[in-house]
Amino acid sequence: MKKSIAALAAATLLTGMLLLPAGASAESEAAEPLLDENGNQVEINVYNWGEYISTGEDGSLDVNAEFTRRTGIKVNYTTFETNESLYAKLKSSGESYDVIIPSDYMIARMIEEDMLAPLDFSNIPNFDKIADRFKEDCEYDPGNQYSVPYTYGQVGILYNDEMVTETVDSWDILWDEKYEGQILMFSNWRDAFGIAQKRLGYSFNSTNMDEWNAAADSLREQKPLVQAYVMDQIFDKMGGGEAALAPYYAGDALTIHSNNEHIQFAVPKEGTNLFVDAMCIPKNCNNKEAAEAYINFMCETDVATDNIEYISYASPQEEAAAAHAEYLREEYGDWAVDIIYPSTSGENDEVFLNLPEDVNTQVENIWIEIQGSGGGVIYIVLTVVILVVLAGGIVFFRVRKHMREKEL
Amino acid sequence: MKVLSRIYTALIFIFLYAPILILIVFSFNDTKSRNVWSGFTLEWYQKLFQDSQIMDALKNTLIVAVVSALAATLIGTMAAVGIQALGKRARGIVMTFTNIPMVNPEIVTGVSLMLLFVLGFTLIGKTGVQMGLGLPTLILAHITFNIPYVILSVLPKLRQMNQHTYEAALDLGCHPLPAFFKVVLPEIMPGVMTGLLMAFTLSIDDFVISYFCSGPTSQTLPVLIYSMTRRQVNPKINALSALLFVTVLALLLIVNIRQLKDQDKAAKRQKKRA
Amino acid sequence: MKSKWIAAPYLVWMGIFIIVPLLIVVYFAFTTADGGFTFNNIAQVGQYSEAIFKSILLGIVATAVCLLLGYPLGYIIARSTVRRQRTMVLLTMLPMWMNFLLRTYAWMTILENNGLINRFLNAIGLGSLPLINNSGAVVLGMVYNFLPFMIMPIYSVMAKIDRRVIEAAEDLGANRLQVFKKVLLPLSFPGIATGITMVFVPAVSTFVISRMLGGGDMLIGDIIEMQFVGSTYNPYVGSALSLVLMVLVFICMAVMRQFGSDEESEAMMP
Repeated sequence: MKKSIAALAAATLLTGMLLLPAGASAESEAAEPLLDENGNQVEINVYNWGEYISTGEDGSLDVNAEFTRRTGIKVNYTTFETNESLYAKLKSSGESYDVIIPSDYMIARMIEEDMLAPLDFSNIPNFDKIADRFKEDCEYDPGNQYSVPYTYGQVGILYNDEMVTETVDSWDILWDEKYEGQILMFSNWRDAFGIAQKRLGYSFNSTNMDEWNAAADSLREQKPLVQAYVMDQIFDKMGGGEAALAPYYAGDALTIHSNNEHIQFAVPKEGTNLFVDAMCIPKNCNNKEAAEAYINFMCETDVATDNIEYISYASPQEEAAAAHAEYLREEYGDWAVDIIYPSTSGENDEVFLNLPEDVNTQVENIWIEIQGSGGGVIYIVLTVVILVVLAGGIVFFRVRKHMREKEL
Repeated sequence: MKVLSRIYTALIFIFLYAPILILIVFSFNDTKSRNVWSGFTLEWYQKLFQDSQIMDALKNTLIVAVVSALAATLIGTMAAVGIQALGKRARGIVMTFTNIPMVNPEIVTGVSLMLLFVLGFTLIGKTGVQMGLGLPTLILAHITFNIPYVILSVLPKLRQMNQHTYEAALDLGCHPLPAFFKVVLPEIMPGVMTGLLMAFTLSIDDFVISYFCSGPTSQTLPVLIYSMTRRQVNPKINALSALLFVTVLALLLIVNIRQLKDQDKAAKRQKKRA
Repeated sequence: MKSKWIAAPYLVWMGIFIIVPLLIVVYFAFTTADGGFTFNNIAQVGQYSEAIFKSILLGIVATAVCLLLGYPLGYIIARSTVRRQRTMVLLTMLPMWMNFLLRTYAWMTILENNGLINRFLNAIGLGSLPLINNSGAVVLGMVYNFLPFMIMPIYSVMAKIDRRVIEAAEDLGANRLQVFKKVLLPLSFPGIATGITMVFVPAVSTFVISRMLGGGDMLIGDIIEMQFVGSTYNPYVGSALSLVLMVLVFICMAVMRQFGSDEESEAMMP
């Protein structure tokens, strides 16, 4: 055994060494690595949502590699699943990211808690290319000091038209017992509660705990019907035909549709969540200038266009948006343009706003309790019974052993 | 009875190997789907080597494993020698603490180390130096959970060895340090090597502790794989695992066959002598 | 050998990286966000009692299944020829060299509604079964991942049992069942005890398996993960939960120690 592990170790090392040079080779016209005063290559840490950037797959542009090619700055790219986990990671780990891409309400929270650095817009001239309506009375970042919009969009219902033949136009369908075990639901509390709130006709940003509790009851009622609580796995599960219904973002609907043509998208009549995801720089970043260069680069028309065509969300960069809409019309038809760049929005559509701290904590706890429940008391009873039996058995054997030893 | 136990063994091994087989088969799949077979391709094996994220993660994994295994072996071997020299009660206490990282749930170890590092950063941050989780913290964490395994593989060897040889060396005028290297170390070397290799493999495979102690620049392969399983695992990862798995399998087979041959030879020689 | 001092670096290391972190967890468990002392976090753990009991229950079930499946195999391996023993031990350990996240992920392909088993069942006209996104799938994932940890210690204890002891029992007229009950089982208790702790501890504290196969089933590990880096940030309650988990595990250890001895932690050493 020992020797075999030794051999394994050697082999793994060897493979590793053989592999590395291959990965390091880059295109010939690339910029020289940009060095800092100590002679190390300048690096930035980018923290983005999963499946939210063009990676070079299927002939698309590899955005991060392109940035390195143009500037000589290395990109360490990692992903998160929800705004809340991004927040927790920043809070608890003390890690220094250079560029993060939270949504509107989370940006507001981070500004409030003094976690973001104001941007130096002289380093981001491409900010001019962002459509004006994202700058005027921006609710989450008043005065546009901390963020540059990356994408925007709306939440709706993804459904598989082989399994769902009726018209999908209401959140109620996610509570329809016909689809028991076929429904996926958001695992993040803000998104999950948002759906229940709109279904009941409440605002996402209510501070009335009665409304939150009503939404919680609604989610409890839905739980037995839900196949799984997930976030990015919706891609995989809907694309693979594992589930019939799931709430998700319009942009990804198109991506999934292009892999599985049975996947359709509908916006419920009760109203939905409109969101803007924007690029920000945390206060404890390593290299603010390089981060600003990255943000500026992401707003270059050619990069933004290639990127947005790959991820299929709506672009706030005007030139890229125009090119993207044209591309969508050719590739999918007018319906795709309507989903991604809707001309009108519903009267009940809303954006998430930052909630007061106590509402946040209370609802978080309710959500854990909802997700953790199921089966209820039976688990407690069963566990206690098993533990008692085990303890009884142990005592019995101990006593018997003791008696025997005495006899001897 | 014999047939029955063979069938039973076979069933258990099918259970253990079915998922591995599926992973390997789907590394040759023409599309990204992980449940529909649509044709044979070697595309993922080619693309694997151009994927800088995977290659970076592989590099980090290897750096952490090598450094932490070596450091843990050094500290652990020294510790084992020292522990052996302790009195019975002191040894008992030290060993109880040594067992903590082995029996404590990994998630608790991971979380507690993360809290320690972040607290450390805040303290250091007050002097103006900014630090964050990265390769150094990851290596410290890995050394920590590796040391007990090294100690536990070295201790039995120390116990087996004849205590008087070392004393004899000292009596013959050898200084303690050379005496240790010339007399003790060769005796416990097999234990040290076992510890080193266990540390290496444990470190390569660790996910939970790395998950809490790694930063954006220091994603290891398991951490990257986890973030992929949250969305869609790219078949490139299947390809990489298949390569590693086949390498391990081949090496184990070769080593095993050689050892068996050696044993046969030794047995024959003994027979001849008899 | 007068060389106690040589353990000093380790003792210092252990102090900084094992004891201090655990003390920090304990400190956080009794602290508010403002730094004051509180029992509130521990009290909040009560809210999650369902998830905690569920974790314990699933952990016990998985451990029991591992024991039932692993014990016979440990016996079979220990009773085969030296050559076969080597091969079989190797085969038991080998899967652990493939990343466990990927292996668990592969179970999704097998168990899903459109997975291999259900497609097979559909093809022969039996309809499909709900195999994934429930507690059963979580237990399966636990058994799959931790079975080798049960087989190995049982095997190594069994391999050490002197064959002549069993022969003696047989010569004295014991039948198969009696041999098992009076000789084999008592002699293999230490291995079983080690196996049980080595399976139960990771099973009860997992968060990956429940997330991949449980479809949002929350176990104690999931909740701890969420409190530190997930979507409900609260390291204070997270620490309180970690403390509870730790106490739980140490109770389990203490019970199991009744059967095994200290030597047993070395049983897994190759």
